[in-house]
Amino acid sequence: MSSQVKAAALREPLVRIAKRTDISKGQAWAIRAAAILLALVAGGLIVLAMGHNPFLVYADMAGGALGNKTGLKETVKIAVPLLGAALAIAPAFKMKFWNIGAEGQILAGGIAATYFALFWADKLPQVPLLLLMFLAAAVAGAFWGLIPAVFKAKWGTNETLFTLMLNYIALGIEQYLQNGPWKDTKGTGFPIIAQFAKGARLPKVFGVHAGWIIVLIFVVLMFLYLRYTKQGYEISVVGESEPTARYAGMNVSKIIIRTMCISGAIAGVVGFMTVSGADYTLNANTAGGVGFTAITVAWLAKLNPIVMVFIAAFLAVLTKGSGTIQTNFGIPKSMADVLTGIILFFMLGCEFFINYRLIFRGKGEAHHG
Amino acid sequence: MGDFNLAGFLTAAVLAGVPLLFGTLGEILTEKSGNLNLGVEGMMFMGAVGGLAGPYFYEQVGGTSQIIAVLLGLVLAFLCAAFGAFLYSVLTITLRANQNVTGLALTIFGTGFANFFGEAIGSTNASNYMSVGKPTVDAFNNGIMGLKGAGGVGDFFASMNFMVVLGLLLAGFLAWFLGRSRKGLNLRSVGESPATADAAGINVTAYKYLATVLGGGICGLGGLYIVMNASSGVGGTWVHNCVGGRGWIAVALVIFATWSPTRAILGSLVFGALSIMRLYINLGIPAQIYSIFPYIATVIVLIAVSMRRKRENQPPNSLGLAYFREER
Repeated sequence: MSSQVKAAALREPLVRIAKRTDISKGQAWAIRAAAILLALVAGGLIVLAMGHNPFLVYADMAGGALGNKTGLKETVKIAVPLLGAALAIAPAFKMKFWNIGAEGQILAGGIAATYFALFWADKLPQVPLLLLMFLAAAVAGAFWGLIPAVFKAKWGTNETLFTLMLNYIALGIEQYLQNGPWKDTKGTGFPIIAQFAKGARLPKVFGVHAGWIIVLIFVVLMFLYLRYTKQGYEISVVGESEPTARYAGMNVSKIIIRTMCISGAIAGVVGFMTVSGADYTLNANTAGGVGFTAITVAWLAKLNPIVMVFIAAFLAVLTKGSGTIQTNFGIPKSMADVLTGIILFFMLGCEFFINYRLIFRGKGEAHHG
Repeated sequence: MGDFNLAGFLTAAVLAGVPLLFGTLGEILTEKSGNLNLGVEGMMFMGAVGGLAGPYFYEQVGGTSQIIAVLLGLVLAFLCAAFGAFLYSVLTITLRANQNVTGLALTIFGTGFANFFGEAIGSTNASNYMSVGKPTVDAFNNGIMGLKGAGGVGDFFASMNFMVVLGLLLAGFLAWFLGRSRKGLNLRSVGESPATADAAGINVTAYKYLATVLGGGICGLGGLYIVMNASSGVGGTWVHNCVGGRGWIAVALVIFATWSPTRAILGSLVFGALSIMRLYINLGIPAQIYSIFPYIATVIVLIAVSMRRKRENQPPNSLGLAYFREER
């Protein structure tokens, strides 16, 4: 090797990054699976540091969430709103509209459904009442999603913070109703809203409220909507590049507003399912962080509704399992959030290795040009 | 409103504004590098638990020096939150992940991290709480200017603790750094146009990393103050979900302050005032409606800023975008 070549080799950086386009879908998902595995190893190290055997803890988590009928029902009950909210977020995120206000939209839907559950239950039979609650929740959720969308479409107002602030405003309204006009007068004096009458409760199917059927129908509809309809196509074009969408003659404002109505409406229905199916009442925990965790679900699934089913189920296992290990090992329940965060970090990081490859000095192919 | 206590109201407003000020300043520094870190809430949580754990363990091993306890709190709060920001930096700067989602992930992680360790450490204690002694809490809350019992304006200054002063000094320093110093100019150019900065020989990656990690550390100090603030009644004790959305208000305040550290002082004061208003001013409306005032104000600010687009009020031009040298 001449000294000149040697000098050139030394000037070359240790690692170069090149885009890759040759990776297959299977390989990509294998990298993602490896990332989840690594995340669980990282979580296991925390468990180990706390003086527990990570294998026993993980096994206990899985056992608590899936091992018996009661646990399984609980897990499904956790997964339903998570999946529903992830479906709500999907079209907005596909449009690169960062709707982190699912939490507030869920509450808005819950509030609207609760109104009919409290004041119309004695006037209507069960089926029309439930339908009315469903519709009211969808409309309220859509309205709560519409507000930031209009401002975004008209003035480009930052939607991330706007939707977020609307969460707290919805929560304040809920708290006001719970402490004031809707407070249970027959109760113990605690500021809570009364349990719904029988007619306002969503019936159970196979031991879990019928919300799981609604949400699975939504999965199919959302999959078809995003993949095969003109509106779904418009959403992805706006998401990729707004100028392109404009140039193609699309009405971007209209698409933003319409999509956020759909997004909010689905979140609103999640609120309906929670108050009418799971809790039989409305409280500050009706949304309970689901709107945020659902962002994780939607993103991990690459906004694919079918994949979301599995991710939501997986996170539901983590959540339910964390409750179990709190009881059995005294590990705080927040372990679920820690694990979710770690998994998300690894999944976000692994996308780099799917989209790019590293070329080390001296190896790999010759330079171009 | 006859017995309205102006000095008391202002004092409470300033103290409630301190965590917001630190969060806002940290995020301003971060955003000036072009990184939109939505993980402020998570980093404040991490700073809160780290800043409490430092003095807590120091006291557990029998330490009694308040100065060391305070320093441990400050250093660990800063380091813990900076660690969160470092994770964010690796993912968004080196691995080019989406900044929005990474920030949200950091919030989920930081919230979980803090509640997890806050409770795990607490459960090893006989009282079942992670809690520091009164002298340490006092060190964070006692005024540093004397003047106790002076009445009126004197009372106001008497209540100003060292964290208030630290926040104000930091705001002043950042204003000078970003507006007047060479390195600050470099940082701003990285945020405005990383490709241009790169061509001018500025190390874009280093600036982005440093601004984001240091900014995160500053946010952590806000979390520390939330934990130590005695006006909550539980100062110095870990409370589940104690940050409670203040990190998000800080993100919004960056926009309110239009990326100016000095205007961040005003913003924090206004929002601090809004958050404690119901204790001082009776408008005859339910308490729960008071609690949404800061959020409504944030929304109004967001809308106002977006409607009148002044050139100097705009975010750094590359905010939220990853920089790929290879794709110039």
